[in-house]
Amino acid sequence: MTLSVTGLRVGDLVRNVSFDIGAGERVGLIGESGSGKSLTALAVMGLLPEELPASGSVSLHGRELLGMSEKDLSRLRGDELAMVFQEPMTALNPAMRVGRQVTEPGRIRGRRHRAEELLDAVGLPGTARAYPHQLSGGQRQRVVLAMALANEPSLLICDEPTTALDVTVQAQILSLVKTSLPAESALLFITHDLAVVASVCERVLVMLDGEIVEAGSTREVLTQPKHEYTRKLLDASDLEARR
Amino acid sequence: MRNLVIGGVLVGSVVVAALLSFAWTPFDPVKVDATHRLLGFTGSHWFGTDKFGRDLLSQLMVGARTTLYVGVVAVGIAAVIGTPLGILAGMSPRWLGEFVMRVNDLVLAFPALLLAIMFGAVFGADTLTAMVAIGIATIPSFARIARSGTLQVMSTEFVLAARAGGRSRLNIAARHVLPNISGLLIVQASVSFAIAVLAEAALSFLGFGTRPPTPSWGRMLQESQELLTVQPRLALVPGIAIAVAVLGFNLLGDGLRDRLDPRLAARV
Amino acid sequence: MTARVLRRVAIFVVSVLVASIVVFLFMAVLPGDPAQVALGVNATPELLAKTRTEFGIDRPLVTQYFDWIGGVLHGDFGRSYVTREAIGSQLLDRLGVTLWLVGAGMLVALVIAVPAGTFAAVKHRKASGASVSGLSQIGVAIPAFLAGIILVQIFAVQLRWLPSGGWTPPDQDFGEFVRGLILPALSLGLVQGAVLTRYVRSAVLDTLGQDYLRTARSKGLRPGQALVRHGLRNASVPVVTVLGLQLATLLIGAVVVERVFVLPGLGSMLLDAVGSRDLLTVQGIVLVLVVGVLLVNFVVDVLYTVLDPRLRGS
Repeated sequence: MTLSVTGLRVGDLVRNVSFDIGAGERVGLIGESGSGKSLTALAVMGLLPEELPASGSVSLHGRELLGMSEKDLSRLRGDELAMVFQEPMTALNPAMRVGRQVTEPGRIRGRRHRAEELLDAVGLPGTARAYPHQLSGGQRQRVVLAMALANEPSLLICDEPTTALDVTVQAQILSLVKTSLPAESALLFITHDLAVVASVCERVLVMLDGEIVEAGSTREVLTQPKHEYTRKLLDASDLEARR
Repeated sequence: MRNLVIGGVLVGSVVVAALLSFAWTPFDPVKVDATHRLLGFTGSHWFGTDKFGRDLLSQLMVGARTTLYVGVVAVGIAAVIGTPLGILAGMSPRWLGEFVMRVNDLVLAFPALLLAIMFGAVFGADTLTAMVAIGIATIPSFARIARSGTLQVMSTEFVLAARAGGRSRLNIAARHVLPNISGLLIVQASVSFAIAVLAEAALSFLGFGTRPPTPSWGRMLQESQELLTVQPRLALVPGIAIAVAVLGFNLLGDGLRDRLDPRLAARV
Repeated sequence: MTARVLRRVAIFVVSVLVASIVVFLFMAVLPGDPAQVALGVNATPELLAKTRTEFGIDRPLVTQYFDWIGGVLHGDFGRSYVTREAIGSQLLDRLGVTLWLVGAGMLVALVIAVPAGTFAAVKHRKASGASVSGLSQIGVAIPAFLAGIILVQIFAVQLRWLPSGGWTPPDQDFGEFVRGLILPALSLGLVQGAVLTRYVRSAVLDTLGQDYLRTARSKGLRPGQALVRHGLRNASVPVVTVLGLQLATLLIGAVVVERVFVLPGLGSMLLDAVGSRDLLTVQGIVLVLVVGVLLVNFVVDVLYTVLDPRLRGS
């Protein structure tokens, strides 16, 4: 198992969450805002704010992450564990050139990546010397993705990466995630949009009020939802035609 | 909340001391009494006396008057002139606003102390010139805050509707802009008051402020210098008074800012 | 970006010119006759007239202004009505002293404020951070000259570690120069340090809450590394603004501190000149001080564009 989460609690916002993700699996985590999905992701990354302690177990390749020292956690982040956040406009350092930011995950580990290569791979040729404010939201999100994938992480977490973007751009980013993620890497894709889950993930977890209320393969959950909430989500979305 | 309370108490004590001094002081602050020179903390003279035998506490109380007086007039001048200027700059076409701000910056290049010294040189140095000089030097701060607040208000829906409805500039300024930026202005007033107190103290210390024999905290400090080794009390008493007043106004300003900020943000 | 810088240069030049006119007119408004002041009450009308011509004050104001400003641009500030000596060279010496004082004061302020402010921001929820913040509030309330008086009392009089005043040029005796500079620089610097600490704290707090720091951490940077590599440059923008304003305050604060420590700087020269109604000297010094402030503001503005690429306008 790449990622094993057991009985995760974060304050009273995430209650008794358990799931596993194997190598190469693409798993979706779906729920509305306030359901605790982002906090779950932050708990895995060890980036929860001080006031919100997590308990339970989160293990990556068998190593327990909760309670790990900041020093060890920071070694894993950007290398084995990577994350793409929701808001691209503020995710990048406005005072540093994009190329420099993109090669940073490699540099701090003594690996020398070429900025142009990393940026080409996400469809941004020639942008290495640009500053973030010169790029659009979609372009910035590509940069963030490039940074996350620079060291070929075992687990990539995407927290609503397309929610803040235009519909047309959304499709581009999604397809980019699908194509540029290495086959052995696992993906935890957080979203509130069922259509997105259907296009990217093989398995899906449905979260409500801090708990996972339904889990299963995408096909199963979307065609034969067992939980009432899942049914409500399906009704509210426009996946009718897809079925 | 705590800032507001502590600040309020500190400022309040200064105000009370000043007001009380109109009715009563333990001794006559300007009366020279050679037999009671340089007394320490005693029962009758709570803070002792200075080298002329003048009671320190009485000097402190009357000095509070000067301090507050200078602060009120200086901040008053700055607010009364700076605010309309700033509002005007905020409501005018861009180039005019920019120009006014440039002039503002120019005035800022003449710090309060420098202006006061210049005024003192030309008009003679006393409390009045000090107040006016500090006031003029503080205008830019008010103008800047007023303009910045005005620009924010001008882009709100209320104002857009009012302008579409054909309301006059003056009307908009009075009914929408002024009430909404008043919070910002009050905070600025408090902070500027603190600065004015420091400036007045420095000026009196240099001999450019209140003329003797009117008591003034800054001059008390200057007079304390020669006897500092033997009577540090002479410096500490006015020094702490100045610090208390400045700290009080700063905390008051901070506290007001904390209270008014979320409401400001919500309204504007 | 060059357009922006050029615009700033233009504004600077215009501001300096306008300021010089304001200063000149202000002094010209002064009631009284410099010749009378210089010669005393018993001077004969002929002598007065002759002196007025010598001073050049019988000419139209516009001529006087251009003459003055033309001279200033060559470093010639004229001759004092009172001492009859060239103002320019004395001004330069005194300016040097004041600049040393201001520079040292700024250094002290930065050395205090950057670590203290950062600490207060990083630990803002803990008692340690709050107490540093509280201390800085109190520090702000103390006038620089009071700090000076207290420092002199402790270190010069009681402990006798440092001199209580006086000035030794650095090329004369460097050790004495430094010793004489410590207490005045501390008086200026401690108080300014308190003011600056609050701004540094605010700037760092703002930066700590930024998303790009979270991104930096998710790449594997530890919190300290993230703050230094990414936060520093962004946090420095508001701090640089304040530094500029602070320099102006320091310049003026130096005037007062020079009194306390009897330093032969621009401040004491100004106060002496005002005392003896030496108007031409006052005019010259005020101009230098005002231009100094304008210059600092100009430099700060240009620094902005260097620090924050968003302001470069592409």
